[in-house]
Amino acid sequence: MCGFGGYFGSGVAPAEAKPLLERMASTVAHRGPDERGVAVFADAGLCHTRLSIVGLADGQQPMSIGDGRLSIAFNGEIFNYVELREALRSRGRVFHTSSDTEIILHLYDERGPDCLADLNGDFAFAIWDAQHRRMFLARDRMGVRPLFYTTVRNTLFFASEAKALLRVPGVEAEIDPVALDQIFTLWVPIAPRTPFKGIHELEPASMMIVEQGKQTVRPYWSLSFPDHCSRSRYTDENAAAEELRALLADATRLRMRADVPVGSYLSGGLDSSIVSALAAGMTPEVLRTFSVAFDSEEHDESAFQKEMAAALGTMHSSVQCRDDDIAAVFPEVIRFTERPILRTAPAPLFKLSALVREKGLKVVLTGEGADEVFAGYDLFKEARVRRFCARQPGSRIRPHLFRKLYPYLPGLKQQSAEYLAAFFGAGADALDDPLFSHNPRFRATGAAKLFFSADLREALSGYDAAEELASRLPAEFGRWHPLHQAQYLESRFLLPGYILSSQGDRMAMAHGIEGRFPFLDHRLVEFAATLPPEMKLKRLVEKHILREASKNLLPETILRRTKQPYRAPDSQSFRGAGEKDYVREAMSAEKLAAGGLFNPASVSKLFAKSRQQPLTGFRDNAAFVGILSSQLWLETFTGSRFRASEAA
Amino acid sequence: MTNNIKDSVRAFIVENFLFGDTSFALEGDASLIENDIIDSTGVLELVAFIEEQFGLTMADADIVPANLDSLDRIAAFVSARVGAEASLSA
Repeated sequence: MCGFGGYFGSGVAPAEAKPLLERMASTVAHRGPDERGVAVFADAGLCHTRLSIVGLADGQQPMSIGDGRLSIAFNGEIFNYVELREALRSRGRVFHTSSDTEIILHLYDERGPDCLADLNGDFAFAIWDAQHRRMFLARDRMGVRPLFYTTVRNTLFFASEAKALLRVPGVEAEIDPVALDQIFTLWVPIAPRTPFKGIHELEPASMMIVEQGKQTVRPYWSLSFPDHCSRSRYTDENAAAEELRALLADATRLRMRADVPVGSYLSGGLDSSIVSALAAGMTPEVLRTFSVAFDSEEHDESAFQKEMAAALGTMHSSVQCRDDDIAAVFPEVIRFTERPILRTAPAPLFKLSALVREKGLKVVLTGEGADEVFAGYDLFKEARVRRFCARQPGSRIRPHLFRKLYPYLPGLKQQSAEYLAAFFGAGADALDDPLFSHNPRFRATGAAKLFFSADLREALSGYDAAEELASRLPAEFGRWHPLHQAQYLESRFLLPGYILSSQGDRMAMAHGIEGRFPFLDHRLVEFAATLPPEMKLKRLVEKHILREASKNLLPETILRRTKQPYRAPDSQSFRGAGEKDYVREAMSAEKLAAGGLFNPASVSKLFAKSRQQPLTGFRDNAAFVGILSSQLWLETFTGSRFRASEAA
Repeated sequence: MTNNIKDSVRAFIVENFLFGDTSFALEGDASLIENDIIDSTGVLELVAFIEEQFGLTMADADIVPANLDSLDRIAAFVSARVGAEASLSA
């Protein structure tokens, strides 16, 4: 796991190439603290910072084969590299290193861009094909590893993090107001858009080919589900559970491959417990596990973490997270997320990766992805209850089911059936609306835009983020089961745009830690997509088939546990001892006016309210964290104000 | 009286839920939920305000959108309750 960057085009003077690549590499040095390398070609260049995990002695990058005919800078892992190497050897290929990096070069040499179909891994890479004068970029299927790019002076520049592109002369950081609107509605920018105007993200499961002055981006894989009315090939639940067990075990086995020890995150929930249990059974050493514990009882799961660690006999370490710990690291967190966020949940994971590094590990498995793949989120149940209510509008009985969904939100328990129905928009959305499952979330989040400044509102006039999202859905989306539609929205947008990036790669790589995700093995994702919806969300029991497949793996208390979503204290983190100087400064009328994004008078009332009492509402918390993180983003990357005249 | 109630509730909503933002024209019949002005905890804040401001006690059965989801509904509910309590004490 590493960081990389590069360029292709005539916009870099030969004398400037090496210093520029070195600057770019130094900006992402945290991603690869072990080694660094630069390679300059005619009108092209690659740089790399290495976190040595596979092929410790001989995996230096940029790496070339064929006397420099093909060169690569690669971030990530190809988990099936052993099998691929054997197959390549049998076809006469000769290898000079033991790394997975060289595999990609040989595969590309054989098959060109089609080589991506053979890769089982989390990757982003750039191959310089000197013979064809082609730069080939690609990113893994689910969007685990990042890849950003921009074009300046007819030259393509790319890098693992956007901040490396800001080292390129002529690239200035400026906030994209449309991206901000998308974050304040959907939680994520819709890729390829990023919060940096003019800097794009290569979408998951996509490749870019640059040759003869032309950039072509196209997908090489897509998440898809069967037609609603088609009969699933999985009718026998036991057989499906058996297949799932085998796939998950193999996905974990492949992700244990490393020339360094592999640990595991252990949240105390079902998913990371399954992964840890499988990993513990596959390693001859004692597995190292890691978790976050919170002072706040509402967020803490340490009792379950300890139970699971004891059951597996792991060597367990945890980091205690107090409310003001989040405030202490939040500016650094935003420097790494490189985007405004509406929740503080990445911050404890920033601390957790520091703990892993301190304990001497570089690689951890996590349970991330299971909620998307096996329908674990409350939102999936909520959509089902909303449909149930919509079948009998006006029912006073049906809305009581909403109470079952969010046991950790006490405010909801006290509401009447009429209010429950109203809050969840039961009956408000057309059942065939493609965003039906997510509309309540988008509406609740979008309410935080009332803090936008008049200039920003003006710039965004007429823009509708949800409408744009709907326009990006595949043609066959309407033929899928409603649960599958909701799964697609989560997996295709929120997963890469927030969970795997702001909470995942960026927090782990801030301390040079590689996260690996067995649930996101594409074979498992494809298998789960073909399962009947009821095997995943059985009535209102989430991840049913996963529980069935894990029966003999976990203690009953963990197996039967209702999902507790991972959350951290939000605006509460910035009260009392958490009200650091930077918080006051960022939320001050002067800084807000200077930034130009938010209405200082409204924000000052929100800030005052948060000081008087902890903010309890979803909107107010999202607004507080969103405003603070946007202000920090401006401060960190631009130091300048939003310019309404150049918006949208 | 209804107008006084409405003005008082409007001022509370603008200050507490719209954070002073007056750009949104809060019409009397506008749904507080559908316009994303109020959420589940906001309802309880609103109830506390009505009880304190108008000297009422609201039963659980009173806390429904039919009584509280717009300025008009709140004003009608409060004026009916204030009127009823006044005639009881007369």
